Amino acid sequence: MNRQEIIDRIQGKVSSLIAGTSQGIDYPVVYVNKEHLIEFMKFLKEDEELSFDLISDVTAVDYPDRNPRFDVVYHIFSIKNGQRIRVKVPVGDGEGVESVTSVWRGAEWLEREVYDMFGITFYNHPDLRRILMEEDFKYYPLRKDFPLEGIEE
Amino acid sequence: MTVEGNETRKEMILNMGPQHPATHGVLRLLLHLEGEVVKKTIPIIGYLHRGVEKLGENRTYIQNIVFTDRLDYTASMSNNLSYALAVEKLCGIEVPERARVIRVIMTELQRIAAHLLWLGTYALDIGAMSVFFYCFREREKILDMFEMVSGQRLTPSYICIGGVRRDIDDKFLEALKVFCDTFNDYVKDYENLLTKNPIWIERLKDVAVLSAEDAINWGVTGPVLRASGVKFDFRRATPYCGYENYEFDIPVGTKGDCYDRYLVRVEEMRQSNRILKQAMKDIPDGPIMADVPFIAFPPKDQVMNNIEALIKHFKIASGTFQIPKGEVYSSIENPKGELGFYIVSDGSSKPYRMRIKSSCFVNLSALPFMTQGCLVADLIAALGSIDIVLGEIDR
Repeated sequence: MNRQEIIDRIQGKVSSLIAGTSQGIDYPVVYVNKEHLIEFMKFLKEDEELSFDLISDVTAVDYPDRNPRFDVVYHIFSIKNGQRIRVKVPVGDGEGVESVTSVWRGAEWLEREVYDMFGITFYNHPDLRRILMEEDFKYYPLRKDFPLEGIEE
Repeated sequence: MTVEGNETRKEMILNMGPQHPATHGVLRLLLHLEGEVVKKTIPIIGYLHRGVEKLGENRTYIQNIVFTDRLDYTASMSNNLSYALAVEKLCGIEVPERARVIRVIMTELQRIAAHLLWLGTYALDIGAMSVFFYCFREREKILDMFEMVSGQRLTPSYICIGGVRRDIDDKFLEALKVFCDTFNDYVKDYENLLTKNPIWIERLKDVAVLSAEDAINWGVTGPVLRASGVKFDFRRATPYCGYENYEFDIPVGTKGDCYDRYLVRVEEMRQSNRILKQAMKDIPDGPIMADVPFIAFPPKDQVMNNIEALIKHFKIASGTFQIPKGEVYSSIENPKGELGFYIVSDGSSKPYRMRIKSSCFVNLSALPFMTQGCLVADLIAALGSIDIVLGEIDR
């Protein structure tokens, strides 16, 4: 399957769940609203032709001047097709998204890291705690307004 | 510390690490024990967190190369390559053929070196002391070769955006040839020491089993995934640097236990040697850097003798270049699994967001699942078998 076929398949099957698609420099990009995230991710994994079964990465990008402020970005690989897809979900400050651990178990730590670094909550996550920073750390270091040095005293 | 359970069962909570020889760095495992049986493992990481992703947003694309050396410091060359490929994809840079072959040679050498380090230290964990010396003897030769081309042994920063830093010479090729010709015999040595060793088998077989289905579900990559029987390698699935032109097998395990992971890695060393032999056979002539003036450094001799080249060099080094806007994700098959870089560019000389996807991080997250109900001694074997480096996990 090539990039266009992936996008066509998604648009043909679940056009009601997605908010938009684009080709991207490297991989097809799908924009999804957070209400439909789990349903869409389940489709990606369980659809026989697409079969995006290996979760590569979950991360976020902070755009402080934009509303909603964050993009949660998922990279998912299909072992069968040798293709990757990027799924983007916009999330506002102080909000959260549904955890995808029910679809790919491996998202557990990746989501914890996003929570730790950006303060984005993942609902129904089995164990949402800070992972790299200490538990009583008050800040979210990868937000753009967190300085490189000099936050305390 | 003991926690009062009901009267017959008492659970003990034990800290393993952060200073423990078997954790290969600063990792803490919080163990819930019932006697010798591990009821629950909670890995606690972050002791080596240096904020590489944050730093990356505040340094130029050129400066970030040196951070990648320090992720998985046993596989610096591969990290360099993954980062360089991501930026090249973003800028649409075509790397010259000669540089691509040199990259393959370096990363395959690095794979062997990383697996040797793993084999030596893993055998040490299990209690076999002498393997360590054999493995480090050969690893030393690879590090010597790295020193020849880059002047560094552990943090070479050799593969850079647009190509490689210096050309290889006859002395390097001579050393490489000697290494390739003799290496398979050395692998036989390790196998003689371990593969049929009854203690080794007793300690590794049926320990920390991960089925193929579970491995994929947990997002595990690299030798751990292949040991579970999934024939999957990014060098085959999404070829880069011309890997589609090399012949090599992807070793897979049958059961997904520690012993399979050992076998897979040993066979991978042989396959890497096979790739090396093909790569060194005919290395094409030509430049080692792409001619992309805004990001790829001009050759050093020109910088010294030509004012134009000097100005170009200065512009790149001082970070006054601009990168096309966009976002890319690029990943390669590192010795430990998939190392991916997700770079968002806003058009300036610094990445807007530089995300590093670490395979060790995801592989370690599957450890509690793998080790449920095993013995404490088996936990050491399981932890060693997934081959983690905390530099890459904590970033």
